Amino acid sequence: MASHEFTLDDLKRILREGAGADEGVDLDGDIIDTDFESLGYESLAMLETGGRIEREFGVTLDDDTLTDARTPRALIETVNALLVPAEIG
Amino acid sequence: MSGSRVRVAVTGLGVVAPNGLGAEAYWTATRKGTSGIGRVSRFVPDRYPAQLAGEIGEFDAKEHLPGRLLPQTDRMTQLALVAADWAFEDASVRPEELPEFEMGVITASSSGGFEFGQRELQALWSQGSRYVSAYQSFAWFYAVNSGQISIRNGMRGPSGVVVSDQAGGLDAVAQARRQIRRGTRLVMSGAVDASICPWGWVAQMASGRLSTSTDPERAYLPFDAGAHGHVSGEGGALLVLEELEQARARGARHIYGEIAGYGSTLDPRPGSGRPAGLRKAIDLALADAGAAPDEIDVVFADAAAVPELDRIEAAAINDVFGPGAVPVTAPKTMTGRLYSGAAPLDLAAAFLAMRDGVIPPSVGVTPDPEHGLDLVVGQERTAPVRSALVLARGHGGFNSAVVVRSAD
Repeated sequence: MASHEFTLDDLKRILREGAGADEGVDLDGDIIDTDFESLGYESLAMLETGGRIEREFGVTLDDDTLTDARTPRALIETVNALLVPAEIG
Repeated sequence: MSGSRVRVAVTGLGVVAPNGLGAEAYWTATRKGTSGIGRVSRFVPDRYPAQLAGEIGEFDAKEHLPGRLLPQTDRMTQLALVAADWAFEDASVRPEELPEFEMGVITASSSGGFEFGQRELQALWSQGSRYVSAYQSFAWFYAVNSGQISIRNGMRGPSGVVVSDQAGGLDAVAQARRQIRRGTRLVMSGAVDASICPWGWVAQMASGRLSTSTDPERAYLPFDAGAHGHVSGEGGALLVLEELEQARARGARHIYGEIAGYGSTLDPRPGSGRPAGLRKAIDLALADAGAAPDEIDVVFADAAAVPELDRIEAAAINDVFGPGAVPVTAPKTMTGRLYSGAAPLDLAAAFLAMRDGVIPPSVGVTPDPEHGLDLVVGQERTAPVRSALVLARGHGGFNSAVVVRSAD
């Protein structure tokens, strides 16, 4: 399942598909360290995003992961940390 | 300050109807007798007994709503959000300029967001629980239109939802009037329903009241000897309600009229032998409005098109007003029955009838003389309209009646 790295492009695609995009935000801009909240994604949007990442990448995200990872960089790092052992195993 | 004497006015209309998007488009079509009923196009209806509906054709939610709202809303809610925007615009009210706790949202719903729910249930069944959208937690829900309108417009005053099938559209407006009398400055009220999807369709078929005709012109015939059930539709109307004097003081662009009286009853248990409750609901609404029957210029009928229900409605109208003594119309013959959206749409039509001095027609119907009604058919009728009675009945025995009156 987890055959590739979870990238910023993956995250942007999943955000758009699952929760849509705020017209006032340019997701293609430099968003890697921008808070999800300032990007217009509240907790429910993050829950939907987390669910989509889980089923696409075959990982399990704790509830805390989604609340603790406040930026795209933090979430991408967390997901990729989970992907590595899955690939080895 | 507040109390039962406070007069409550309608200052904005937002309409989404199968025969017109926007109040003026709907009204122009309705005056001309243009129907929005046709073969279901949103799914293939071949295998279902009922194949006609009043569908809203050209509506692209993307053109009207932010991208963040689309994945989390059912079609019903998308239509409602746009209708609310239009109602605010019509009322020349900018909700962001008003204190958020002085505005409320009270809508009715008959079934919730079935299309969204169907999609998620299909995902659950075929792929598993991890494939169900987080937004299913509320997107299907009865209160979702009230909730999303409230969030989008920052309205945090008294809000809620009423679920009493078609009667709910009037019950919501009555509750909105109550909140204004208690001191809320403005309430968005009415209803928009939309569940033309296979799951919604079979749920509607369970009533046993859907017309199985495939001829759009002969499918929904209330008060006709050939009445054989109704055609269902999607849409409705949202209304901006305010205290009349305050609306005048702010220089509201329109004061369509006031919500003058309301009554509601429940039918007795079937087989009890006691009379149906519609007559009593009319009496209560007239008494609440302080109106004598001869002051009512037109009745917008519930128009079930089920022979027994038509008989009950005609008898109630004739008992109150005298046989054939008041013009009766059912513009919903052009939209189908919109469930909770039907009566708010009739309220909008009643206010526009007052504005223009015309009674819109019922289409397709040849009135059965046995009912003894003065049904306005064929084309619109010119007549001064200063007050109107709007009736709505819900499956399960709900009866509601509202008297609206010109505020001049």
